[in-house]
Amino acid sequence: MSSLKSKHMLGLDGVTREEISLILKTAEAMKEIFTRKVKKVPTLTGKTVVNLFYEPSTRTRASFELAGKMLSANMMNLSSSSSSVVKGESLIDTGKTLEAMGADIIIMRHSAQGSCKLLSQHVKASIINAGDGNHEHPTQALLDMFTIKEKKGQIEGLTVLIVGDILHSRVARSNIFGLLTMGAKVRVVGPATLIPVEYKKLGVEVFYTLEDALQGADVVNILRIQRERQKKGMFPSIREFHRFYGMNERIIPYLKDDVLILHPGPMNQGVEIDPIIALDDRAVIEEQVTNGVATRMALFYLLAGRGNQNEDLN
Amino acid sequence: MKILIKNGIVVEPIKKLTDKMDILIEENKITRMAEEIEITEDMQVVDASEKHIFPGLVDIHVHLREPGYEHKETIYSGTRAAAKGGFTSICCMPNTDPVADNSSVIRFIQHRAADEGVVKVFPIGAISKKLEGQEISEIGMLAEAGVVALSDDGNTVMNSGVMRRAMEYATPWNLPFISHCEDQNLVDNGMVNEGYASLMTGLPVYPKAAEETIIARDIALAELTGAKLHIAHLTTKGGVELVRQAKAKGLPVTAEVTPHHLALSEEDVLSFDTSYKVNPPLRSKEDVTALIEGLQDGTIDIIATDHAPHAYEEKMVEFIYAPFGIAGIETALPVIYTYLVKDGKLSLLEMVEKMSSKPAEILGLPVSKLSEGENADLIIVDLDRELEVEIKDLVSKGKNNPFIGQRLTGWPVMTMVNGKVVYQRSGFNASN
Amino acid sequence: MRELKDKKVLMDDESIRRGLVRISHEILEKNKGTENLVLVGIRTRGVPLAKRVAAHIQEIEGKSIPVGILDITLYRDDLSTVTQQPIVHKTEIDFDVTGKILVLVDDVLYTGRTVRAALDALIDLGRPSQIQLAVLVDRGHRELPIRADYVGKNVPTSNQEVIHVALEEIDGEDQVILQELV
Repeated sequence: MSSLKSKHMLGLDGVTREEISLILKTAEAMKEIFTRKVKKVPTLTGKTVVNLFYEPSTRTRASFELAGKMLSANMMNLSSSSSSVVKGESLIDTGKTLEAMGADIIIMRHSAQGSCKLLSQHVKASIINAGDGNHEHPTQALLDMFTIKEKKGQIEGLTVLIVGDILHSRVARSNIFGLLTMGAKVRVVGPATLIPVEYKKLGVEVFYTLEDALQGADVVNILRIQRERQKKGMFPSIREFHRFYGMNERIIPYLKDDVLILHPGPMNQGVEIDPIIALDDRAVIEEQVTNGVATRMALFYLLAGRGNQNEDLN
Repeated sequence: MKILIKNGIVVEPIKKLTDKMDILIEENKITRMAEEIEITEDMQVVDASEKHIFPGLVDIHVHLREPGYEHKETIYSGTRAAAKGGFTSICCMPNTDPVADNSSVIRFIQHRAADEGVVKVFPIGAISKKLEGQEISEIGMLAEAGVVALSDDGNTVMNSGVMRRAMEYATPWNLPFISHCEDQNLVDNGMVNEGYASLMTGLPVYPKAAEETIIARDIALAELTGAKLHIAHLTTKGGVELVRQAKAKGLPVTAEVTPHHLALSEEDVLSFDTSYKVNPPLRSKEDVTALIEGLQDGTIDIIATDHAPHAYEEKMVEFIYAPFGIAGIETALPVIYTYLVKDGKLSLLEMVEKMSSKPAEILGLPVSKLSEGENADLIIVDLDRELEVEIKDLVSKGKNNPFIGQRLTGWPVMTMVNGKVVYQRSGFNASN
Repeated sequence: MRELKDKKVLMDDESIRRGLVRISHEILEKNKGTENLVLVGIRTRGVPLAKRVAAHIQEIEGKSIPVGILDITLYRDDLSTVTQQPIVHKTEIDFDVTGKILVLVDDVLYTGRTVRAALDALIDLGRPSQIQLAVLVDRGHRELPIRADYVGKNVPTSNQEVIHVALEEIDGEDQVILQELV
């Protein structure tokens, strides 16, 4: 396999093991470019890539922007803090406008689940989902898997624990889909109000005690806790969350010596993660950022360079 | 001019009849039904060979949207969609603007229906003023104006005390209460079944318990007050069980199910196609099986469409911003025939019963059977006709129909209300 | 669908070996030894060729010289027109190319477009004092002003012909075959 089936990356649900492997392998080649003096290759010269962000984002938007620039694409940033509905223009109309401007790839972040799919049905450009509501955030999961593969040599057979608000997390959902496809064992842990038990049916192990969940975990991926969830009554207090599900000094004895600690950022230090964990040698949180650029470059290459194979097989 | 419908197979659920018969119609009445009626010169003959004749279908759960939301549907367009779907009598829900919570709005709808409608329209009045669930509406005056039931459909009267008072107060008029069962605190902003659909899409959850708690509450209130209770659009296995138990206790409880909850399931939502966004949401396969069983054993009395049209642009948005609703009145009969009757899950007679005589009976509608001396409300159906549902063929203003693109079998070819042909399929000519 | 038919064996294992030995001598002669000399093989078949040249130079001079691997996929000018999307591999050049005499090694020189891409890629990596080109086969039909400094064998070809280079390390045998599209 040398190319992806779909010209879009809307989520990891339905993406095959071969496709994920291809993306990760390509990302490996892209990462080499970081070591060069001239951190730029001409691959996407003449292509127009649009960052369409309906939700505030610094890290993800910057990562996509740098990835595009390193591949010499024309990058355009459109940010709107309000949703399309509030703005009065429909998403489809915005998409058509970008299409008329010659967009080849549109990266979209939006608060509505399924919005990227909606856009993909109405424009010719490739759509990359940079987070659609609580649905998926496939590039985050891909960069997490790239980091795991880089550090651990493989993904298959590893036990990966995801900690925190599983229910509202697009990062968790994409990671779970991708990791299961790649043959990892997936565990989740968090307050019972924030874990959809339905995940068990997909083969995910559900824990409610962090200490138990950490036993034998090769990778721990810590999700950011949204403070608004507490206000909505999903758990009693930040203090209580930190006591039971925060990655703090208390859980150090339960960590494997070679555990890999991930966090998609930005971190709420003192809530879901304490500095003692974030600064631990086994945490690779900054490296995830570099890997994020490499992974997104890989995706750009694979989507934009599909050449004549534009018939969407999906 | 007399009309003679010749050689059709008459399906009459009240008389439990499935026989080949000729039907003679004079003015607005059926004047003769016999195995063979001789043609005379003053008759216009309709050849119904190889076709079935049903009593006109009755849909007690329709949103006509007028007044207030004429961009979604009007009485003009909605009654024509009903006629095309084989319905000759429909009941419209009160969630209009202004809300049908007073006799003036009811009279407006009745006049509008008389002027522009092609099928019989029976309005349903609101339980509470403005559907706010706080103060009970003028139920007596609504009854005088001719409402056939009370409902806050689209909303649940969340305050149990208000619901109880409404049920009690309505006693002298003996109006059935149609309950849209949705615990708003449990649903919050939920929109898809809690389970596989919410897991795969990340969309906010609409748990089954939100429906079942209110069903249980309203059954208890019906028992307390003696009110007739009709549960709208049942979707869960647990809900079917609650109705079954209530019936076993002899309570005056009836229930309906929609064609889409029988034919579709939560997995369809994974497409993020907004035409699958409906309240209550599409449930699991297990629930669908329980609904079919409930229909078979009589726990679920009837099929109603919950025809909920929306403007095209309202549904062409992100799933979470799209309004709830499926506009399915034109495809209801072929959906039920294709998914249930062809599969042997329901007999032809049962289907017709659950879509005509039974719903009329529940709301006490003045609806006729296929019999001499009765009003001529009937339809001719081609059960062999298979058609792909195409958006261009839909006459409802609402194109939010998830069956678009599907091939369905069993389509009405002619609809007659009071002896007058209000719909006929092009190519099928009543006047030859 | 057109097929490839073998027409003629152009080089066997022995002639490939002799060609590479001669190229190794010529590199040393032209550059007066191994000082500042580095080799870079273009993926895929330029890589084992570069390693073999380095081994011959080691035999002749007793000095080892660095060998790098260059992947030119990201520099290709035909990415939007090819039907089969090429897989990107890593470039592995773990030495600084600046100031070096860099000999680029590939199997076949044809239109010159691969070499053009390789030159762009190398320049992004640093500033070599010289870039020279060594190829096993030069088949003509250049579309760009590019020529090889060292050639194993010149083969006049037509556009209907294809040169297939098989190498032990990749294909299990050493052979250069002339094929024809039929």
